[in-house]
Amino acid sequence: MTLFTSVILAAQMLLGLAMLLALARLLAGPRAQDRVLALDTLYVNAMLLVLTLGIREGTTLYFDAALVIGMLGFVSTAALAKFLLRGEVIE
Amino acid sequence: MSATVAAFLVLAGALFAFLGSLGLLRLRTFYERVHPPTMGTTLGTALVLAGSIVYFTALQSRPVIHEIVIAILMTINTPVTYMLLVGAALHRDRAASATQGQRNLQSFDKRQPR
Repeated sequence: MTLFTSVILAAQMLLGLAMLLALARLLAGPRAQDRVLALDTLYVNAMLLVLTLGIREGTTLYFDAALVIGMLGFVSTAALAKFLLRGEVIE
Repeated sequence: MSATVAAFLVLAGALFAFLGSLGLLRLRTFYERVHPPTMGTTLGTALVLAGSIVYFTALQSRPVIHEIVIAILMTINTPVTYMLLVGAALHRDRAASATQGQRNLQSFDKRQPR
């Protein structure tokens, strides 16, 4: 295993651990805005993991997947924030 | 050589993303928790994309800069989403304190039930 592969593998492990931490916050809550924030962090980490996978494989195919994840994550987080802003789910 | 540089750039970006998620898990109130993921998102994405640019430029021996698209996207996205989210959280806190009386005004630094 070369230095390049092992360093990329370490980065992937760190990103997977970061996704687990965001998932823990997503499950723990305690309020809805915490969950939305954790979901936002989770998709950003997933996007970075896909990018890292593309670097490891040496193809630019994964770039498009990461772009789609980023755009859809932005739209979903903005929609959830607008839903919370409307005030229907306070109590 | 540039592959090693790219790998360490990616590792630094992954470290920032990890620290952002760690701060998201460990800090106490929501308004403190908003801060670490911003660092993880912007700096982590920037470093990973820089590593990707360096690696694919060296691999294909021509300038590969299409990662700029994701960089522009995340630079615009992160402040917009977090401002929307904090505005929503502020609105919810104010609405909850208006319905539940004055005691929730001090709940800025306390965990409160959902």
